[in-house]
Amino acid sequence: MNDTNPMLHLEDVYMRYPSRDGTPITILNDIDLKVRQGEFITVVGPSGCGKSTLLRLILGAESPTEGAVLLDGKKLDAPNRNRGIVFQKYSLFPHLSVMDNIVFGLDAEAHGMFLGWLKPGQMRQRRRAFRDQAQVYLERIGLADAADKYPHELSGGMRQRVAIAQSLIMKPRILLMDEPFGALDHATRTEMQLFILEQWEQAEMTIFFVTHDLEEACFLGSRVLVLSQYYQTDAGRGQGAKIVGDFATPGGHPKPTDFLYSEEMSQLVHRIRSEGLSPDNLQHIRDFNLTHRDAFRTVNPEEWQREQ
Amino acid sequence: MKFLSMHAKFGPVTTALLSASLFVLCVAAYFTASHIRHQENPKDKIMPTIGKMWKGVENTAFKEDRKGEYRLWVDTWASAKRLGYSTLLLVLAVLLGLHMGLYPFFEAVFYRFILFFDKVPALALLPILFIIFGLGELSKVMLILLGVFPTIALDTYLRAKAVPREQIIKGRTLGAGSAKITYGVVLPQIMPDVLNTIRLNFKAMVLFLIAGESLAATAGLGYRIFVVRRYIAMEIIIPYVLWMSLLAFVADLLVRLWIKKRYAWYQAH
Repeated sequence: MNDTNPMLHLEDVYMRYPSRDGTPITILNDIDLKVRQGEFITVVGPSGCGKSTLLRLILGAESPTEGAVLLDGKKLDAPNRNRGIVFQKYSLFPHLSVMDNIVFGLDAEAHGMFLGWLKPGQMRQRRRAFRDQAQVYLERIGLADAADKYPHELSGGMRQRVAIAQSLIMKPRILLMDEPFGALDHATRTEMQLFILEQWEQAEMTIFFVTHDLEEACFLGSRVLVLSQYYQTDAGRGQGAKIVGDFATPGGHPKPTDFLYSEEMSQLVHRIRSEGLSPDNLQHIRDFNLTHRDAFRTVNPEEWQREQ
Repeated sequence: MKFLSMHAKFGPVTTALLSASLFVLCVAAYFTASHIRHQENPKDKIMPTIGKMWKGVENTAFKEDRKGEYRLWVDTWASAKRLGYSTLLLVLAVLLGLHMGLYPFFEAVFYRFILFFDKVPALALLPILFIIFGLGELSKVMLILLGVFPTIALDTYLRAKAVPREQIIKGRTLGAGSAKITYGVVLPQIMPDVLNTIRLNFKAMVLFLIAGESLAATAGLGYRIFVVRRYIAMEIIIPYVLWMSLLAFVADLLVRLWIKKRYAWYQAH
C-alpha cells in the first residue's frame, strides 16, 4: 500500500443539473474523498441522494460541474479499461456466450475490430490463449460447465458472477459496482456477498460498491461512506448530498457471517439510519461521523464557522 | 360455446384442420362458381377451371414461347434480380441507421432529412426516376430501394438508440473502441430485429417492384400480369399471383428460420 499517494482522489466535487425551469439543482455538494488501493468501500444513502452519480463520476461517464476527480494523479475522462463496472442489469452482452462475454475485453484490446481479417492465423492463436485464461476465471466463479450458455439461460446470480469475471479479467485498478445484487433473492444475495468478498481477497483489488441495503454495506465494506442530502449547516438546510459518514467498519475484514446477526451490526445500522437516512433528523455538518483515517474535507466558512 | 372461450385447448390435428378450413373454403367456393359459370358458358374467361389454369401454367412454365423462352422462369428471374439488388443495397440503410443511433453527428445530419424523405410517396417519384435513370433496370431498383430505405434506416436508428447505455459503457470499460462497440456490441444485438423489419417490408418492396414493372419492362412477374390482362388471361394471372405469394411466403419463412438458427439467444432474450 502506498501511504502518500491515494489511488483515487476527489476534491471539492460538485455536481449540478439544470432543472426543468432552468435553475440548477445541486446533486453532489462539495465531495472530498481519498481512496487507497485494496479498500472495499460501500456507499449507502437515501434514494435519490446521488450514489449512482458519484459512481458515474468515478467511472468517467460524467464529469463534475466543479472540482477534480483523479485516478493515480491523472484526471479522469471517458470510461476505460482502468475501471471495471458491474451494473444491476445489462452488464452482460446478450448475444455472446458466457465464454465470449468473458473473453470480450482481452479480444477487444488485442485486435481492434478488423485486424483479425488481416492476420487470421495469429488471431486464432491468441484467441486460444485468451480462452485458456478465461477458463481459469470460469473455474474461479464455479461456472466452468456453463461456458457455452447464453446469458438468458443463466440465473440472476450466475449472470452477476459472469459479469464480475468479465470485468476482473481486465485487472482494472478499481471495480465499480452499482447495486449489483439488488435484483437477487435473499439466499442468492448472501451467497454472492460471500463470493465477492472471496474475489476481493484473492485478487487484492479495490472495490467501490453502491447499495441501498445497510446490512450489506456494513457486512461487505472495510469502509462505509454515507451520502445524504439530509443535513444542515450554519446557512440552513443543506442543498445536495455530502458525505455525512466515512468510517471503517468495526472488527477485521472480511467479517465472519456471524457479524450479520451481531449486536454491533444492528447498532451500526441503526446509527447510519438515524444520522444519514432520516429526513427528520438533520445533522449539523460539524457532527458528521468522519472517523476514517483517510477522511478529509474542505470546509466552507459560510456553512460552518469553526471558532464560535 | 366452450370452443370460443379464451381457455379453449385444441389438439394438433384439430388445430391443423381449423387452420386449413379457410383455404379449403376459398378454393371450394372458387371452383363451384367456376363450374356454374362454365355450365352457362363453356368459353368463360373470368373464372377458368382447374384444367384451363393447369394449361396456362404448362404453357408459361414448361413450354417455350415464340422467343424460345420459358416465360415463368424468365419473369421470375427478372423480378428476383431487381428485388435482390435492392435488398443488397438495403445494407446501406442499416449502416446509416446504426450510425445515426450511435453518433450524434450522423444523427444531426441525417435524422430530419430521412424523416422528411420517409414522407415522400415513393410512387410519386416514379416518373422522376424514369426521367433520371431511364427506363432500364436501374430506375426499377431505385424505386424499390427508395421506397423502403427510410423505413429501414429509421427503424435501425430507433433500435440502436434503444440498446441500453450500460452496454456501451460496459464495452468501454473492457477496452473496446468505437468500431468494436458499433459493429461488435450494438449491431449484432439489433440484427435480429433489423432482419425482422426487412422481412416485414418485403411486401412493400414487391409492391414497388410491380409498380415499376407495370410501367416499363420487357420481363418480370408484375409485367406479365399487366400484359396478359389485355387478353383477360385469368388462367395465367391467377397462377402468377399465387406464385408471387408463394415466393414471398418462402422468403419470409427463410428469414424467420435464419433468425431462429443464427440468433438463438434472441427468442428468449
